[in-house]
Amino acid sequence: MKKIHVTTTVNGDTVEYLCDTRETMLDVLRDRLNLTGAKEGCGTGDCGACSVTVDDRLVCSCLMLGVEAEGKKITTIEGMADGETLHPLQKKFIEYAALQCGICTPGILVAAKSLLEKNPDPTESEVRFWLAGNLCRCTGYDKIIRAVMDTAADMRNAS
Amino acid sequence: MALDNNINTDFKFIGTRPDRPDGQDKVTGRALFGADSYAPGMLHGAIIRSPHAHARILSIDTSKAEALEGVKAIVTRADFADGLSGEFGFVLENVMAGEKALYDGHAVAAVAASSALIARDAAKLVKVNYEILPHVTDVDAAMAEDAPILNDTYADSSVPSGLHPNVVRFHESGHGDVETGFSNADLVIENSFKTEATHQGYIEPHACLATLGSDGKGELWCTTQGHWIAQKTCAALVGIDTSQLRVTASEIGGGFGGKTTVFVEPVALALSRKASRPVKIVMNRSEVFRATGPTSSTSMDVKIGMMKDGTITAAQGVFRLQGGAFPGSPMEFSAMCAFAPYNLENVKQVGYDVIANRPKQAAYRAPGAPMASFAVESVIDELCNKLELDPIEVRLKNASREGTKASYGPRFQRIGLVETLEAAKAHPHYTAPLEPGQGRGVSCGFWFNHGGETSVSLALSEDGTCQISVGTPDIGGSRASMALMAAEVLGIPYENFRVTVADTATLGYNDVSHGSRVTYASGLATIKAAQDAVAKLSKRAAAKWGIPEDAVYWEDGCAKPSGANAGNFDPIPLAEITKKMGSTGGPISGHFEATPEGAGVSFGTHIVDAEVDPETGKTAVVRYTVIQDAGKAIHPTYVEGQFQGGAAQGIGWALNEEYIYGDDGRLQNSIFLDYRVPVASDLPMIDTVIVEVPNPGHPYGVRGVGETGIVPPLAAIANAVSAAAGVRLRHLPMSPPRILRALKAELSDG
Repeated sequence: MKKIHVTTTVNGDTVEYLCDTRETMLDVLRDRLNLTGAKEGCGTGDCGACSVTVDDRLVCSCLMLGVEAEGKKITTIEGMADGETLHPLQKKFIEYAALQCGICTPGILVAAKSLLEKNPDPTESEVRFWLAGNLCRCTGYDKIIRAVMDTAADMRNAS
Repeated sequence: MALDNNINTDFKFIGTRPDRPDGQDKVTGRALFGADSYAPGMLHGAIIRSPHAHARILSIDTSKAEALEGVKAIVTRADFADGLSGEFGFVLENVMAGEKALYDGHAVAAVAASSALIARDAAKLVKVNYEILPHVTDVDAAMAEDAPILNDTYADSSVPSGLHPNVVRFHESGHGDVETGFSNADLVIENSFKTEATHQGYIEPHACLATLGSDGKGELWCTTQGHWIAQKTCAALVGIDTSQLRVTASEIGGGFGGKTTVFVEPVALALSRKASRPVKIVMNRSEVFRATGPTSSTSMDVKIGMMKDGTITAAQGVFRLQGGAFPGSPMEFSAMCAFAPYNLENVKQVGYDVIANRPKQAAYRAPGAPMASFAVESVIDELCNKLELDPIEVRLKNASREGTKASYGPRFQRIGLVETLEAAKAHPHYTAPLEPGQGRGVSCGFWFNHGGETSVSLALSEDGTCQISVGTPDIGGSRASMALMAAEVLGIPYENFRVTVADTATLGYNDVSHGSRVTYASGLATIKAAQDAVAKLSKRAAAKWGIPEDAVYWEDGCAKPSGANAGNFDPIPLAEITKKMGSTGGPISGHFEATPEGAGVSFGTHIVDAEVDPETGKTAVVRYTVIQDAGKAIHPTYVEGQFQGGAAQGIGWALNEEYIYGDDGRLQNSIFLDYRVPVASDLPMIDTVIVEVPNPGHPYGVRGVGETGIVPPLAAIANAVSAAAGVRLRHLPMSPPRILRALKAELSDG
């Protein structure tokens, strides 16, 4: 089958690839661009493990086709830290043990960062409903919610 | 293993909460999980699965698939080993069907191709001719006289005569005389309960990358709770020697018992051998639901007699567990755990292992215990309500203690059930006022915990740092616990350790990360290996000082002369010894291999408040408290995490999660949209209380904490929901339609 040529921006870098029209953005990130931080937990947009932002909008990359990335700006978990410096959410997740197995963590971090960009002072309910599209089977969410709330408070105090 | 009666309680590192060593890998996306490995020349595999619940495989025509460009190999059962028996035989039959497909989703063939898309297309071109047979998926229906027979050779000698061939194993245990006990009771309640099958629901699907040559040498990368069991099973299934297959465990994205066996791994190996190329197989979510380990569904009858003062006079339970198409449901664990929290003079428990046209059950966190606990703790709650007794006082009155003869036989050593109940009674949650429409439930729970075969190796580096090799995949922060325990022994900082999950070629055999055994058994082995290294370090110091080895002791990371008689020498820090180890006798390492048997059982008590909406039948869990005996919490934050995770999975099981089969025997909810695990907005914060009653079988008193936390929630929530709704719920999950039906039935009865 003939492949489509796509030019896009991923974590600030211009990238080009050829992909089948049936390949998802997640397939492209993982299998063509070697960015395996986004995970496939369901392939149906229910678990959020593949979360990335596209033009600053939070999306499940398993529900987007690779060919749709043309001209877009994509950010993945690999683009979250600033060089050697982890994002405050990344630091807090380690400190609070807001992960056990870690498979959902990249998606949850991308989603939480997106929340705090829109709402720097979310209530517990707002955090819980924002992250309702990101399944975690290990933690019961308690430490995740606390990590997000306390990072938000730290970031508000720092700014 | 000898019991250590002098448990150390004065710790420098144990009980602190440092960052986990693999934290940065896991928050940056760098950690490599099962599907994150690639190899040059790699092919992608796809599996052809039966759409029928029960069908004879008449023929498999692969010609069209083979003709597709990019297809490199196709395998069927003929490409696997012959003549396997026992569990290997069942696992092979499960990963690749032989004469019959036994459930919707059962693998019947597999294809490897140059891309995942081509493999998927090729799978659709494989033509399988089936003769459809009658099927059965419900546990009670599978035991009925007219039930279709799955296999009439599976039943073992434990099964009493006259039962249907689908009953494949039988268990009976207990002590005393239950009939006399019931006749002495002021009130006897007997009820029947059902629970539907749930899935472990790990977010990472099964995935592997396999290479196998015609020389019988192979490499396997896979997501697994135990790579030695994967090694031994895969080698047997593809007919090679165990030691010729090197298995590396990837980071594991959740398992909860479901990754203690193999599914795609032997298939990828067989495809690789045929294609002479590495083959990667990654399941999709629907395959995970249809073809990997759900729990058993159950049907249970429980009868308990109680005096007016709350004393239980007798208890009896019948536990029927459907475990899919193969023997092995954990019905004896249901039976043995059911009444374990209570000191009973008269107790009898019976279990039936029943096969049905469903996927082969796999372990799920305290396998078998949550369902039995649901039935037992519900009946105790009914008795408390009728006799107007406080549920915690009744449990305290009957609680198992040190020396109690357990319902399953042995006498308990030091246990912490009473301490968890006292902590529950004292917790502000227990006396907090309830809002209208809310109900409160409590339940106790028990799990055995496990030791298992364990090897740990620890190597010191010249600069005084230390590498620890363990064989138990880190499923939730165990690298941190191992480093803390080794730091405690060696007396050097936590940050000086690097903990690696070694592959099967690097370390001796290790049992799976299951049975809540990792912090207990790998921890014990890490402590002993560190002590072995300390002995060797002390020997070097003794040689330097020219004094006997036993005149040296180890403290704060230094060798010291043990007293004035030993001589007056300055302490030598560890790094001084390792710096010169090459010229003073060679590398210094510590090792330990054993099968520790002092795991130490674990008990917990949960309190939950639930609110039921009578219009929609929807339940909200508004407050939840977990109280559990950890023996000794090595890293308390991760212990809390285990408590919270167990409770959350229990909440899902109690309220929402279930396998739903249609009349056609097909699974109707094989994606996360329809099989609904708890999401963040479904749950409250989950409060935890860590009780520490040291386990005499571990140097620091550790008891496993992973599994017990899922045992009490089912009953605790059922008791809370029943109180809130004003009607007793005896069928899980208590989904909105089931609650509405119960409310309606109560109204029409009422």
